[in-house]
Amino acid sequence: MIREHFRVMVVDLAAGSGNPVDLEGRDTLAGGSGLAAELFSRYGKPGGRWDDQDQPLIFAIGPLTGYFPLMSKTVCSFKSPYHNQYTESHGGGRSALCLRFADLDALVITGKAKRPSCLTVGSRHLELKDISYLWGADVYATGKMLRRAEKGSGHRSILRIGPAGESGSAMACINVDSYRHFGRLGGGCVMGSKNLKAIVIHGDAVLPLPENREYPAVFDEVYKKLTATDMMSKYHNLGTPVNMAVLNEIKSLPVRNLQKTSDPAIEGITGETFARDALLRNAACSGCPIGCIHIGFVREKFMEENQYLYRQVSYDHEPIFAAGAMLGVNDCFAVLSLLDAAEKMGIDVMSCGVALAWATEASEKGLLSEKETIIPLRFGDPASYKEAIRHLSVGTTDFYRLLGQGALKAAARYGGAEFACVLGQEMAGYATGEVFFTSQALGFRHSHLDSAGYSYDQKHKAKDVKEAVDFLLEDERGRAFLTSMVSCLFARNVYTDELLGQCLTAVGYGALASSMKGVSLHIQKLRWKARMATGFDPDGVTVPKRFTEVVTESGPVDASYLEELKNEYAGRIRQLATDAGQ
Amino acid sequence: MFLVDMHRIERYSDCRTVQTDGTPRGTRKNPGRGRHVKILSPSRMERCIGCHSCSLACARLVHKLLSWDAAGIRIMSSGGLSSGFEARTCLACDPAPCVDACPTGAYSQRRGGGVITRMKLCIRCGKCAPACPVDAIYLDTSGQPFVCIHCGRCVPFCPHQCLETIDAAQGHHPGVAE
Ligand code: SF4
Ligand code: SF4
Ligand code: SF4
Repeated sequence: MIREHFRVMVVDLAAGSGNPVDLEGRDTLAGGSGLAAELFSRYGKPGGRWDDQDQPLIFAIGPLTGYFPLMSKTVCSFKSPYHNQYTESHGGGRSALCLRFADLDALVITGKAKRPSCLTVGSRHLELKDISYLWGADVYATGKMLRRAEKGSGHRSILRIGPAGESGSAMACINVDSYRHFGRLGGGCVMGSKNLKAIVIHGDAVLPLPENREYPAVFDEVYKKLTATDMMSKYHNLGTPVNMAVLNEIKSLPVRNLQKTSDPAIEGITGETFARDALLRNAACSGCPIGCIHIGFVREKFMEENQYLYRQVSYDHEPIFAAGAMLGVNDCFAVLSLLDAAEKMGIDVMSCGVALAWATEASEKGLLSEKETIIPLRFGDPASYKEAIRHLSVGTTDFYRLLGQGALKAAARYGGAEFACVLGQEMAGYATGEVFFTSQALGFRHSHLDSAGYSYDQKHKAKDVKEAVDFLLEDERGRAFLTSMVSCLFARNVYTDELLGQCLTAVGYGALASSMKGVSLHIQKLRWKARMATGFDPDGVTVPKRFTEVVTESGPVDASYLEELKNEYAGRIRQLATDAGQ
Repeated sequence: MFLVDMHRIERYSDCRTVQTDGTPRGTRKNPGRGRHVKILSPSRMERCIGCHSCSLACARLVHKLLSWDAAGIRIMSSGGLSSGFEARTCLACDPAPCVDACPTGAYSQRRGGGVITRMKLCIRCGKCAPACPVDAIYLDTSGQPFVCIHCGRCVPFCPHQCLETIDAAQGHHPGVAE
């Protein structure tokens, strides 16, 4: 334990300065998700627009960050340009350890910089630099130039946005250290609205460790569980893309804008194919020995006479589903070149792929023409999608600017809402059935990681509404605590409550360890309260018709079961937020 | 076995911690004659995933600190993450330029290469770090130097077996990759 209270750096970009602030609440907020929600309630304006200059962009780590393996994520929270409500997005890379070694539990960024800027923080450092010369640069070029401009070869994390974040796209992501992202719900757009092109976090402090015998012993136990057993091998081996073939087999893979849930052609983009043909190497977030980051390569012939260039691109299940299966692109190298294009522009590839899948079907149905799309969009045509990613990122036409706010926004003008694959935001790569659709549509982050609805669908065939919603809420509560530590959710099976309790006690947070259940419920409520205060209406959530047409291995989706789940979940969320208010 | 051989963690962890003078137990009592002396060799860094488990282990176990700098090994991306990682660690020079630079005897020549450190003698002058040709010595803000003492405790924490300890007498330079 470094200290009982939180140490938060609150930066005002307009003034170009910041204040370190001490904040109590370790035993009730823990850190990460809990701390971020509290910080939003202090610094945010729930009723104000997302691009109100005073709205905060928050980054928070937890009490175990750096002390234990896989405590390697950062929670980023903000009012989202996608739905103008409070949200979180999680990312890794070096960001979490760098914040720990910058001796900060959280970084809160308010205000708007006068010129395009880079914020640099460290344990003995705070500076806002004008980097107008990088405005307009893509994510790769920005990273390269910042590495050169930022002196010192120490450990640092470079967060930056690309053209999508500058153009106001609600799908703009924040790139973290080249291969990770705060991907969803427009964090990159918030940075752009603040004239903040990049954030460099220097992890330059040396910190004390608890002087007891338990800490190294618990560390070894955790390390052993994580590495010497098979619990994590899925992530280490083929990585998340192992899901492609699995979901295809059980007819639960969204294919061609969810017109299908299985296709033999996805053979070309399974995890196995990627590993065999395109995998260059693995990489890891700092502090994680698993190394789930899979890096493939894109090789482009740029001249006759066999002149090639190559780039390295990370891949995962979600990006492959979105830029592959969803678009009918079934060649792993073609998928990688689309991921590369999205990476460069700084756009979330999941939202981008799913939105373009909708636009493709809308084009097929005659709702859109090349007047809107500039180039013809056709399933299975990567060259046109590559162009479209650029148009969508910079907002070339009114149509692309609108699509960049979400497929449903575009559908409201052009028609086709019934086949927009949107569940709170553009869908994740699971078409497992009613419980998953409910969990993404209503989940706090609208993420497949809010709760394991997809696995519930596969394991429970009985349609018991109460049992399913109980499961979702209970799972969400557990995850809210993990994301307050801040653990990578891939380690959720290793970090049981018991083990987390031991870890917390070993580093001196015994009080928190003894009240984990109550604290996790408190955090869950706090997050929902923040979300509701910014305008979320769970009863207003609709699930587009396309989801009710899905047929999985278990048969056709039952629209009335889906409706009942949605109503029950909505009621329970409202209840949580009300409880938190009391 | 999937990633890490935990028996090796246990084998290393029983005996070696830094004594108050900064020397690993065992090394000083029995300095060996070169052929028994081990040195740390990052022989397989092409396999590195940049997890920092090694430096965190060194800081935690040898120096009782939470750090990825105050450690005998530091992992750096060799120029952006796309070009892989390199390990900043002691090459076990003999004679060691850092020893020559040290005015107090806090650093003395270790048989088999590298240095024996006696932190009680260190006056935080900072001369050793710039003397090292491969930037293997880290100076914290107080000027305390941290260098690899070739104890091998980081080795079992590497999930890809990038690191090994080799016999100093093998004549194998730690800078030679697999
Ligand atoms: S610290 Fe540097 S100079 Fe000293 S022995 Fe090691 S490599 Fe040589
Ligand atoms: S061999 Fe020992 S001193 Fe050297 S880096 Fe590894 S743990 Fe640290
Ligand atoms: S433990 Fe191994 S893989 Fe991890 S950073 Fe160190 S050398 Fe690289």
